[in-house]
Amino acid sequence: MKRGRIAFQGAIHQVTQAADGRVQLADGRLLNEAEVEWLPPVVPGAVFALGLNYADHAKELAFKAPEVPLAFLKGPNTIVGHRAQTRRPADATYMHYECELAVVIGKTGKNLSKAEAMDIVAGYTVANDYAIRDYLENYYRPNLRVKNRDGCTPLGPWLVDAADVPNPMSLKLTTRVNGKVTQQGTTSDMIFDIATLIEYLSSFMTLNPGDIILTGTPEGLADVKAGDVIETEVEGVCCLINTIVDDQTYFATV
Amino acid sequence: MIKQIVSGTVYGVVLNDRASLGKIGEALEAAPYKGAPQAPAMYIKPANTRVPCGAAVNLPKGAKTVEVGATIGLVMGRAAARLNRANALDAVAGIVLAGDLSLPHDSYYRPAIREKCFDGSLPLSSVKPLVDLANLQLTTEIDGQVVEQRSLADLIRDPAQLLVDVTEFMTLSQGDVLLVGVSYMAPQAGAGSQVKISAEGVGSLQFSIAGAQA
Repeated sequence: MKRGRIAFQGAIHQVTQAADGRVQLADGRLLNEAEVEWLPPVVPGAVFALGLNYADHAKELAFKAPEVPLAFLKGPNTIVGHRAQTRRPADATYMHYECELAVVIGKTGKNLSKAEAMDIVAGYTVANDYAIRDYLENYYRPNLRVKNRDGCTPLGPWLVDAADVPNPMSLKLTTRVNGKVTQQGTTSDMIFDIATLIEYLSSFMTLNPGDIILTGTPEGLADVKAGDVIETEVEGVCCLINTIVDDQTYFATV
Repeated sequence: MIKQIVSGTVYGVVLNDRASLGKIGEALEAAPYKGAPQAPAMYIKPANTRVPCGAAVNLPKGAKTVEVGATIGLVMGRAAARLNRANALDAVAGIVLAGDLSLPHDSYYRPAIREKCFDGSLPLSSVKPLVDLANLQLTTEIDGQVVEQRSLADLIRDPAQLLVDVTEFMTLSQGDVLLVGVSYMAPQAGAGSQVKISAEGVGSLQFSIAGAQA
């Protein structure tokens, strides 16, 4: 089952994907997916993201692969839904997307072994973990000004039940910019797999339903400009669309 | 007006006082930092870290002590973005006393999730009325001994400026908290310690440190 959340006719609705791809409300109404206001598929709890979790990407950034997971946190301000706009500030010279498999936690868990870890996974969605490298500083890097900007982490559109993703460690990731493929990889190249990440995080903190782990991105980063349409897709999960806008468009009075 | 509670995300900042910059000293100019921070050097304390006054906080497995970062949290009374100095404090509904607990770490290079996000690592007082913070004195006592006294007069970004620089790129929501800064290598407390953080005119926050849970 694929579940989502939308705003429609003045209310927030939990929706599912109908067999024909349309968006189905609980009362049976069917809507075109391009014409609804998408919200993140879950209300985010603690949002973890992983840096340098694909060996090829670490190499691309001239870092050696980490020995323990390089995890950082995000606030809810940065999460936006499918088909949203993300702002590229006028002074940015290098802003890149990051296509990532997002793991949504469905049960409370602490001190889980790798063997137990997957039992608390509710399902999977897709994240685009934008970064603006101009703002990188060497304090708690990657710092919040790079990674926790308003609206800079699109998520969705669907939360796919874990039961429908039998092998999350073997999924193709693809990013297209204006229809052209710019990033390709596979989750099988993760340095720390999902079970290891859950074991690690739960070793010192309680994971709760709604917590989300963005599992990192493979190589293939590229600068994106205002007007670019970015599609980040994980095979068997969903395809997330986002549009880059400039300051004038983002702050325009409408 | 509905009384504001802490219901959102807690954000904090390090290296926001002259004493801490002084303690790191010349290392700030060397690798890996290569210069003092330009923007606020921020971190997040997620919901699992928050515990109320009176809590007993278990040490994480393998830890002997935790650093006790005494600070004040600004509790947001409304959504706030792109604030300016003149209006910044209007968005603050009140303040909390906070004991920001960390596993001791002397490097701020990489995000310190393991060190700063263990369960119970953020004892918070109830929300108190906003007072003039310019010269507020914070006192930390461990087992009745004063181990640290600091004045918010030493802040590099005062509360208003911190709000301006944080909300330049991110919205703070109603119920979010912005901690105004903790000391570099703050005093440490071990299992069995009783900790009290107080500020005149505000009140106090008390909690204890317990051994690791089996």
